[in-house]
Amino acid sequence: MGSTLRIVNGRVHDPANGVDGKTRDICIKDGKIVKSVPPKTKCVDAKGMVVMPGGVDIHCHIAGAKANIARKLQPDDHRRDIHRRMELEKINTRSGTGGTVPSTFTTGYRYATLGYTTAMEAAAPPLLARHTLEELDDTPVIDKGFYILMGNNVLLYKMLQEERHEEIRNAVAWWLNATKSYTTKLVSPGSDEPWKGHRNATITQLNDKIDGFEQLTPRKIITSMVNTVDDLGLPHPVHIHCNNLGHSGNYKTTLETMKAADGRRIHVTHIQFHSYGGKPDGEPTSKAPEIAEYINNNPNITADVGQVMFGKSTSMTADAPLAWMLTRYSNDKRWVNADTECESGCGIIPFAYQERVYTHALQWATGLELFLLSKDPWRMVLSTDHPNGGAFTSYPRLIRTLMDREFRKQQMESVNQRAVAKIKRGHHMEREYTLQEIAIITRAGPARILGLKNKGHLGPGADADITIYDEHEDKELMFSAPRYVIKDGRLIIDNHEFRNNHEGKILHVSPLYDEGIEDVIRPFVEDFYTIRFDNYAVSDHYAPRREVIPTTKQ
Amino acid sequence: MSLRLNLKKKPDVPVEADSICPDKMEGLSLKDISALPLHHGNEQITVGDLFSITGKVNGEICLEGDTSRFKMVGASMSKGRLLIKGSIGQHVGVAMSGGEIIVGKNADNWVGPEMSGGRITVKGNAGHMVGCAYRGGQVGVTGGEIIIHGNAGNEAGNTMRDGLIAVGGSCGDFTGINMLAGTIIVLGEMGWRTGAAMKRGTIISMQDTEMLPTFTYACSYRPDFLRLYLRHLRKLGLPIEDAWISGCYHRWSGDSIELNRGEVLILDR
Repeated sequence: MGSTLRIVNGRVHDPANGVDGKTRDICIKDGKIVKSVPPKTKCVDAKGMVVMPGGVDIHCHIAGAKANIARKLQPDDHRRDIHRRMELEKINTRSGTGGTVPSTFTTGYRYATLGYTTAMEAAAPPLLARHTLEELDDTPVIDKGFYILMGNNVLLYKMLQEERHEEIRNAVAWWLNATKSYTTKLVSPGSDEPWKGHRNATITQLNDKIDGFEQLTPRKIITSMVNTVDDLGLPHPVHIHCNNLGHSGNYKTTLETMKAADGRRIHVTHIQFHSYGGKPDGEPTSKAPEIAEYINNNPNITADVGQVMFGKSTSMTADAPLAWMLTRYSNDKRWVNADTECESGCGIIPFAYQERVYTHALQWATGLELFLLSKDPWRMVLSTDHPNGGAFTSYPRLIRTLMDREFRKQQMESVNQRAVAKIKRGHHMEREYTLQEIAIITRAGPARILGLKNKGHLGPGADADITIYDEHEDKELMFSAPRYVIKDGRLIIDNHEFRNNHEGKILHVSPLYDEGIEDVIRPFVEDFYTIRFDNYAVSDHYAPRREVIPTTKQ
Repeated sequence: MSLRLNLKKKPDVPVEADSICPDKMEGLSLKDISALPLHHGNEQITVGDLFSITGKVNGEICLEGDTSRFKMVGASMSKGRLLIKGSIGQHVGVAMSGGEIIVGKNADNWVGPEMSGGRITVKGNAGHMVGCAYRGGQVGVTGGEIIIHGNAGNEAGNTMRDGLIAVGGSCGDFTGINMLAGTIIVLGEMGWRTGAAMKRGTIISMQDTEMLPTFTYACSYRPDFLRLYLRHLRKLGLPIEDAWISGCYHRWSGDSIELNRGEVLILDR
């Protein structure tokens, strides 16, 4: 940093500041966007190009124990996809491997190569925060953070059974501090613990009693966490992976979950996987219109789509029962189910989405329907739940599918026609996303939903994370290879060439809490965990480059 | 006259020589070929350091001397001919997609792993893992032919999906383990556990063998397709007897742990 730069002549798409394709200069100083810089400042001429804030991925799985297991599980996925070391002027890049779960170094470089400068790891058990932070710290260029899994936490269950709400608030705040995480994540609340205890036990309704915690239901966990996160004033609301992911008829659970928020903020993630009609254990149908309509009418709800992309993927989830169910549908013999003591479950399965398979084609079409029916792009943003629906490297193709009606129609004709026939026809199918809308669903929207005030826009004070694309008719090509990528004011990609290495920072929250809560958590950890309480919290040197995002109470 | 690489002195340690390949040498001068890299233990050297180079580049390379410590020769080869006068080290013809490699003597382990086309002929014996997938790989050989005139070691054709592997002598254990499709013909004896976990594909042997209990005797018949294969192998120089071409074979289907869609054919003697 410490340098100035001016971007001139580019068509700027900065939706957060109401700029829609106007030609204007962007000035950068010390890694931030400023109003002006001295006249002799170095210029980047962006004539004929599109200038956007750096991309923000609100939901991906890129680091931690589960990502590492997935890498080890599938050497065939990355063996031929080698990311070679590059010798640069200052700091050389590191080598790595790609595939659907790239190594840490490759993850950072490839996000940057697509013009993304921030990505949030969407699920890590608190107990494994140390490992997650180590991997995130090793993920170059981008800024990053992670969400901690709180939906199947035994101590919180005990507190909630006894309605100790004040202690829950303090405990959640303690956990967020102890793990240097960004927000709480609920994954199929209530489903992991009974499943771990009893063969194939499962939760299907929000009002089901949770085995072993008879006073508890998923609904109680959801409302408690929504209240807690609201009370703590976290910049991002509770991030919910609803119950019954992937099951036919699950849209009712999704609607109930959203209603349970009762007007308070929640973020429903990879909502495509939760938008199916049909009878349980029968063929799914699309209920995207019902889900999209509810979200359109309720401004407290935000969502990311979790689009399915055809080809290789890796199913990677804290929803252990789901992973077990998917083993029935995968051609691959490999799978992992794992238990994180007292906190979560985990499942990993190599997977491939195929055009000719009814369910896969329906999932793909359901995701597109959600995008096309969304009336507010600020609240329905882009994700593939990397690498579950597809790798983040498929984003350019997804963007083209949204922007290019003819391309979409061609794809529709080549997939399972029985599935396509189930999709509601109408004017929305003709919709083409504009560049401004793409800028919203890939940058401005996710940044706003995350409460990152310095990301996703190009106004003074914002982080100088900027991507400049060549205008091109083929939007997949355009978004695959930005001409320039600037991170914290440094030109990382210059004229399509990777020129500079850079280390991004960890983004986390640090809400206030009553230290007396440690007296409650300590004995539980000492009694039931394999780790001592004094070794639980992650020290600062696991996140040497970090930024604390303030809560609304700070 | 082909391009001749004559080994000056047998190296003391294995040499990774994936640059010895018609594709990599196409269009290069002898000087450029001499400068191509080799990995000698932990140091990088050049082709010229170990070989004297004569002849001209015309798509055919003749490798002379004791090259039994040279690994990955012909890696990713797609065209041309590679004539190896002596023995060759591991991974010869890895990921090969076309052309022909002929090994005059023996080949070490991993002949033609994950190849998709072309032909590898080994006049002597081959080590273990002929035509295999690498560990962790989901698919092995997807095309092409591997012809071993002598014996082969364990796990020949592990996870192969297509193509032909023929062994003139005997095979070790686990022939065709995890096989997905394709054909393996063994003229001599096979070791234990032939076809373990095979999904589809055909394994043929001219000698009796002990079948796994997960294989079921289906019938005895005279398969037409086999005549074509055996005549083809006779043309390639394997000692095929007339009785085998017209012979009757016992068909065993299996592996039943993978739905019984594979087959092992044993000559009725």
